[in-house]
Amino acid sequence: MIGASLGAAAYERASEISAILAVANPVGDRRLARLSSRPDVVLALSGIGISFGGVKALSDVDLEVEVGEIRAVIGPNGAGKSSLINIISGLYHADRGRIAIGGQSFSRVPASRLARLGVARTFQNLALFGGLSVRNNIACGRVHTRRASFVEHIAGLPRARSEDAGIAEKTDQIVAFLHLESVADRLVATLPYGLQKRVELARALVAEPKLLLLDEPMAGMTATEKAEMAGFVRAARDRHGVTIILIEHDIGVVMGLSDRVAVLDYGRKIADGTPAEVRADPAVIRAYIGTAEGENGEDIR
Amino acid sequence: MAVQALDAARLPVDWAKLVQKLALATALFVVAYGVVPAYASGYLVEAILLPFLALSLAAVGLNLLTGYCGQLSLGSSAFMAVGAFGAYNFNLRVEGLPLAVTMILAGISAAGFGVVFGLPSLRLRGFYLAVSTLAAQFFVQWALTKFGWFSNDNPSGVISAPHLAVAGLSLDSATGRYLLSVTTVMVLTALVWRLVNSATGRNFIAVRDNETAARVIGVPVLRTKLLAFAISSFIIGIAGVLWAFTYLRTVEPAGFNLDRSFQILFIIIIGGLASIRGAFLGAAFIVVLPLFLSRLGAFLFGGLFDSGVLDMSQRIVLGAIIIIFLIAEPSGLSALFDRLKRRIGSRSS
Ligand SMILES: Nc1ncnc2c1ncn2[C@@H]1O[C@H](COP(=O)(O)OP(=O)(O)O)[C@@H](O)[C@H]1O
Ligand SMILES: [Mg+2]
Repeated sequence: MIGASLGAAAYERASEISAILAVANPVGDRRLARLSSRPDVVLALSGIGISFGGVKALSDVDLEVEVGEIRAVIGPNGAGKSSLINIISGLYHADRGRIAIGGQSFSRVPASRLARLGVARTFQNLALFGGLSVRNNIACGRVHTRRASFVEHIAGLPRARSEDAGIAEKTDQIVAFLHLESVADRLVATLPYGLQKRVELARALVAEPKLLLLDEPMAGMTATEKAEMAGFVRAARDRHGVTIILIEHDIGVVMGLSDRVAVLDYGRKIADGTPAEVRADPAVIRAYIGTAEGENGEDIR
Repeated sequence: MAVQALDAARLPVDWAKLVQKLALATALFVVAYGVVPAYASGYLVEAILLPFLALSLAAVGLNLLTGYCGQLSLGSSAFMAVGAFGAYNFNLRVEGLPLAVTMILAGISAAGFGVVFGLPSLRLRGFYLAVSTLAAQFFVQWALTKFGWFSNDNPSGVISAPHLAVAGLSLDSATGRYLLSVTTVMVLTALVWRLVNSATGRNFIAVRDNETAARVIGVPVLRTKLLAFAISSFIIGIAGVLWAFTYLRTVEPAGFNLDRSFQILFIIIIGGLASIRGAFLGAAFIVVLPLFLSRLGAFLFGGLFDSGVLDMSQRIVLGAIIIIFLIAEPSGLSALFDRLKRRIGSRSS
């Protein structure tokens, strides 16, 4: 744990330095300005690049996401999908390129303001609060709406109480939406893996985000669990109108679920279009589908 | 529909729990304010209850920081010292300051101090943070010894408890000091209990369990850590006041050394991290252990078991017990207690 977080901090510092060295890109900036002024574009990435040591995890990636779509990002292991999500959520800082979220443009997204920007996410490896119940984990997803201080909470003053009541109500709605009633009061760490993934989705959804980033929400699940999860993802878009970026390995799931698919390979975007277009793209067949056959049974954990 | 049925099914359980809790609280009050003052011997109060109460409160404070918020600290003893010497000076230098205000000001001093020495937590984690809190430990002891002002120019830095009184009622007797201590501990523990069950308490746990996820969903991580340091140090500071004023009565800076910090850390490890009840169980264990060992030693070895041997055997036994707990029961006495309760419950029903 300590080693991993120190490693991440070192990489953060390294990328800070290279961000300072990053060169301006007037063409990309103009493109971004045009895109981010369009009200139907929730997210626009322009010329995103990041490297770790010598490894170029992403180079010159453009991506735009329109309101209400399920936008899949696929690619073999190590293609840079998680790095992309981490850049959008401000956990990594890109060496170059800009990110526009809902009309605001950043070279580095401030992670601590992410929720207030209307972005929520899940993690490839579970990132729940093991010491809290399912309900409390989900309630934490609305922490960005809280204003009451700890004194108000201890004293049980009206503002703290009404915040608690409002959040409890939203939490109950999400618990019902994702069929988590029977486990709502259990410690989240005691749940099976598939259910924990669902709780993480719940914690992201309860924030009522405009944009939801899902990093392999179905990884390591059984076929039944996958189908169930796909249903929830679709329902989240259909019923709550949330725009979704979906990273997924299972090509079948992706093709059935998404409106548009971007394909990454070795940190470059090699294709972008509707599922049918992407499926027919020779570069994709070469780079991804060919290798995916061999990776079918893999467990990302 | 289904939700309503669930609520209806839950209701009777809640009633039973409420009645049980009410009964427990009543029993606690009767023992704390009736039985103990009336029947406890001077020895029991002075040698067991007073240190137990002060250490319990310090452990409650450290548990907030370490158990709930996940920030490892070895500075508890320094925060106790700031509380104790702070209270001594507020009392000495401000004419007619009520005791409660003195204690709160001492707590606030410790809190401010805790925030300053908590700043490294914004960068450091785990073992590295613990080492940096050692700085608090050494700095405080150095400052209190170096500047005579803190001890009103006592040549060896010793301070003595002032006359203790609330609303004109003297609390200098053993019973009086016990009542002051037990009331302080109960009030602060109740507040901490409310805190850990609030959204703020859940922020603490979120930061402890997954700092990255906490940050992304909007927990103000830096503010939460500093708040944990502040509240924790406030409580530990007041525990220091109790330690100095109600238990020891005279205390020198060296009384608040690193050993005491470790003792409080051991209390929450043995009692159970992130458990308020664990702080009390752990403190009881730590206070009673040497008494038990000395009785046992005297019984087994007679005169051979002198205070030197006692001290040594105490360290060995304590060390062994901590290792056993860390391996076999990381959730501490509190979890053992729960299991025992369940077993008794299932047998009786
Ligand atoms: N924090 C990091 N430190 C070092 N290398 C990293 C880090 N994050 C990602 N990488 C590297 O970047 C490349 C892309 O990784 P990632 O974005 O996780 O791919 P994917 O999610 O598509 O499997 C890999 O080579 C990986 O080793
Ligand atoms: Mg990944």
